[in-house]
Amino acid sequence: MLEGILIGLSTAFSGFNLALVAAGCLIGTLIGMLPGLGPMSIIAIMIPIAITIGDPASALILLAGVYYGAIFGGSTSSILINAPGVASTVATSFDGYPLARSGHAGKALTVAAIASFAGGTIGAILLMIFAPMLSTVALLFHSAEYFALMVLGLSAVAAFGGKGNVAKALLMTLLGLIMATVGEAALFNAARFTGGLMDLQSGFGFITLAMAMFALPEALFLVLDPGRSSRSDTGGSKIGKLRISAAEGREIAPVIGRQSLQGFLIGVLPGAGATIASFLGYAVERNLATKEEQEMFGKGSLKGLAAPEAANNAACSGSFVPLLTLGIPGSGTTAILLGALLSLNVSPGPRLMIDEPDIFWSVIISMYLGNLILLLLNLPLIPYIAKLLAIPRNYLIPFILFFTLMGSYIGQNNPTELLILVGLGIAATAFRLADYPLAPLLIGFILGRMLEDNFARAMQIYDGPSFLWERPMTIGLLVLAVLLIFLPSYRQWRAQVKIKKAQERYDR
Amino acid sequence: MALDRWLALIILGICCVYGYTAWFLMDGSLAPFMRRNPVWPSTFPKILSIVCGLTALWVLVFQHAPPGEKAGEVDYRRLLEYKLQQAGGLIALMVGYALTLRPLGFLLSTALFLAIGAVTLGERKYHILVPVALLASGLTWYLVAEVLGVYLRPLPILF
Repeated sequence: MLEGILIGLSTAFSGFNLALVAAGCLIGTLIGMLPGLGPMSIIAIMIPIAITIGDPASALILLAGVYYGAIFGGSTSSILINAPGVASTVATSFDGYPLARSGHAGKALTVAAIASFAGGTIGAILLMIFAPMLSTVALLFHSAEYFALMVLGLSAVAAFGGKGNVAKALLMTLLGLIMATVGEAALFNAARFTGGLMDLQSGFGFITLAMAMFALPEALFLVLDPGRSSRSDTGGSKIGKLRISAAEGREIAPVIGRQSLQGFLIGVLPGAGATIASFLGYAVERNLATKEEQEMFGKGSLKGLAAPEAANNAACSGSFVPLLTLGIPGSGTTAILLGALLSLNVSPGPRLMIDEPDIFWSVIISMYLGNLILLLLNLPLIPYIAKLLAIPRNYLIPFILFFTLMGSYIGQNNPTELLILVGLGIAATAFRLADYPLAPLLIGFILGRMLEDNFARAMQIYDGPSFLWERPMTIGLLVLAVLLIFLPSYRQWRAQVKIKKAQERYDR
Repeated sequence: MALDRWLALIILGICCVYGYTAWFLMDGSLAPFMRRNPVWPSTFPKILSIVCGLTALWVLVFQHAPPGEKAGEVDYRRLLEYKLQQAGGLIALMVGYALTLRPLGFLLSTALFLAIGAVTLGERKYHILVPVALLASGLTWYLVAEVLGVYLRPLPILF
């Protein structure tokens, strides 16, 4: 292993590869900031450039840099304009955007940069230590466990993402799952629920839905209530304060430590990935917080911002474990990276570490470098990045709408997609007016297909639903999921009963 | 009835249509050999329709907002007091952009979208607005089409 690390160090520290990491991080950050262009599209665009480099290690180093940069860029747009281009940065906007609106955009970006750096670095260290061992853990999970794990993840999102209203959040999650069944299903090869519309043959586009759920309602709210943007402008003039105090540092340090570890472990499991890691990270920290701190979640809590940022970056490192050790992509992004590796004549799998240690270890070493470069690059650039808030409302809103429309159009090259976007955006605005949480819908949509695929596979393997009670880990995860939904509702109901009784006593 | 319960009622309606399709229409076209499978294309939607329908009913029947509850970010009960016309204008503009993107070409339709969008919001400094709209549409087209290699028809369909 030591020999491998030394080979990796010598490859990653060559001048050319250092330049590639820096360029990758910069390109990733700048493009990742644009709503609608997430790591998947950016990596897909960069693949032809990476292949022309020729050396697989260098190509993968460039793409890994782009990946990290895009994740950070996505966080930046989530914080500044509440337009997460990537599902894994949706949770970042919960507290990042309120912080930016209250005039602490600089502080929010600093916390995001530090949490990303720490999460990514801890993830990379864990990857180096546990990669060989964790491959065996991931092998223990079958379709049944993946199904149960996803149900648990969705329950957690519904239980903690709904600002106390579990029923509404659950309803949104289920609506997202229903939307995911529209179009062709991978296992059945038949289009469903398209209503005869050719444009729905491949289902709703993820980017379209993400833009419709977040960017469009936010822009429409800015139009409806001009006071919101003037408050945002005020925030823009107060971005100068980038430093966080020692007390704030002490407050977020344990959160970053916990979420880096948890995020990494979730990232290792194929299918779970950075999105679940960030939401679970947010939910867990909200649960661990004191009652006063819980009140702050969703209104600009530093803990609420640091948790998803650390978790999603650690999960990115974690998602490289199944890719590099088993050849199984853990997420859409690593699936694209797998395609890039195959076109460079590299077959990832258990033999990669032995046969081509330079590729394996240089990618891991370049992750440290990537995170360090992101921190060095982004912290000084934060005041310039945050200037986005100073753009006048009359220009900012049409540009947000334009980037929203373009993000959706570039992916599909179909104007009908824009009409779908507008329709879904109006529906999302109505949901937001009625205080329905929108993130659970998007998460339900993203996990819907994987959930159904794993459910169908488990049903086929066990020739029926017996996997639900025959596999202890599956039943354990499902029981946990049910508890997650019903315990908060029960608590809420008990609190209401207590208040009612107290009121009756007072009236008497 | 409050807006959240109206929306729950609409979702319940969607669940009914979705469930009817899954339970009664989808299986008719299933190939005979697929009928022996333990899982059909309609299996997961059938489960979803029941769970979602029950949850919609839960919200509809049991989720009563306490009287005098604080309104959300924008209070829908006072919607007419907000800039509803501007929002409607921008929605219409987005629909117009979708319909004209191909016939008018990217450059013209985007410049018009940005300029009309800003004017709708009250911008009257045309000497700044027009160059900004033209520059932004040109720069975006160059980045997307020339640098990233995604095809966007720059000029009207006639050319």
